[in-house]
Amino acid sequence: MAELKARDVLFDPIFKRNPIGLLVLGICSALAVTSKLETALVMSLSVTLVIAVSSALVSMVRDLLTSSIRMFVQITIIASLVIVVNQVLEAFLYDISKQLSVFVSLIVTNCIVMGRAEGFAMSNRPWLSFVDGIGNGIGYSAILIAVAFFRELFGSGSLFGVQLLALKAEGGWYEPNGLMVLPPSAFFIIGLLIFALRAWKPEQIEEN
Amino acid sequence: MEHYLNLFVKSVFLENLALSFFLGMCTFLAVSKKVKTAFGLGAAVVVVQSITVPANTFIFNRWLKPGSESLFPSLNEMDLTFLGLIIYIGLIAAMVQILEMVLDRFVPTLYTALGIFLPLLTVNCAILGGTLFSVERNYTLAESAVYGVGSGVGWALAIIALAGIRERLMYSNPPPALRGLGMTFIVTGLMALAFMAFTGISL
Repeated sequence: MAELKARDVLFDPIFKRNPIGLLVLGICSALAVTSKLETALVMSLSVTLVIAVSSALVSMVRDLLTSSIRMFVQITIIASLVIVVNQVLEAFLYDISKQLSVFVSLIVTNCIVMGRAEGFAMSNRPWLSFVDGIGNGIGYSAILIAVAFFRELFGSGSLFGVQLLALKAEGGWYEPNGLMVLPPSAFFIIGLLIFALRAWKPEQIEEN
Repeated sequence: MEHYLNLFVKSVFLENLALSFFLGMCTFLAVSKKVKTAFGLGAAVVVVQSITVPANTFIFNRWLKPGSESLFPSLNEMDLTFLGLIIYIGLIAAMVQILEMVLDRFVPTLYTALGIFLPLLTVNCAILGGTLFSVERNYTLAESAVYGVGSGVGWALAIIALAGIRERLMYSNPPPALRGLGMTFIVTGLMALAFMAFTGISL
């Protein structure tokens, strides 16, 4: 096997093998937290942190794990990290953690985390696994933040809660697009993003 | 009685786990190519959901909630809610495993029909999400049982409907870059919009 370069491991997942765009992993939580940029950013950071640290930890103990117990160990490592993240958010960012509600806890079942632990960390050194986790986290965050950007800008005319487009209700000119605040808009935006990504990189197009 | 019926309708249509909370999306998009497999997965979700949601809610209310009696008297003063997550996931994994063995032993036809989907349910966020919502909203045991069945049925309904649409889509001719995933997302979005028409219904 050719030696993997840390740089490729870091940047590949962003456009070339985006976990959401190409592999359909981890969309569960991607959609629900994207109606505001702020929550999306906090969610992205949490997920990136959990993927990176759990990959590194799984990679450190990989030689001790027999195949029959590896799932348990992985899920326990991931769940413990998520509990830590959850407690930290509740302590320091209480409002945002209320808005994210159950979705922080749901990082446990986020397939990206499990997928990287199983698919990459089990066969690579801790440092590379850590970098791979960061790369995948950024790939996930890129989509999340892009979706949140459109939804908040067009749905309520603001970014990070700062009013950019003056709303009609307050004497301005912008009529907010109500659809963008509703859940279905996230599906449309991700669908269109994937459309754009694949039109740009045709090798990702699916058969059938 | 009316209260429970209302909760059931709400969990099936208004607060559909797949279409308004986006839970279980990974399997939702991956396994919805054929109606038959979608039906199998939907059935498995209903069964597992109706067992694990009340069971987890019971554990939370009985042992983990602040002020409840814990298993070890010396821990009575502690707030154990942070242990919830690890316990839920453990219980879900165990339930799925037991269900698999029971079905294998007593209902082999159903077991072969569900096949690979059963073990996969452990990492389905709809299952864990159902539990988390039920705990967060402080449902009683009876309420959580109704919610478990309702949310499972809602999820199954959504995936079967999507599979039906995707089977027809096979004959369409979208731009190449939109094929597969992109198209599925947009169709799901339209379906979610349709489901929003149920908003405001209450019995």
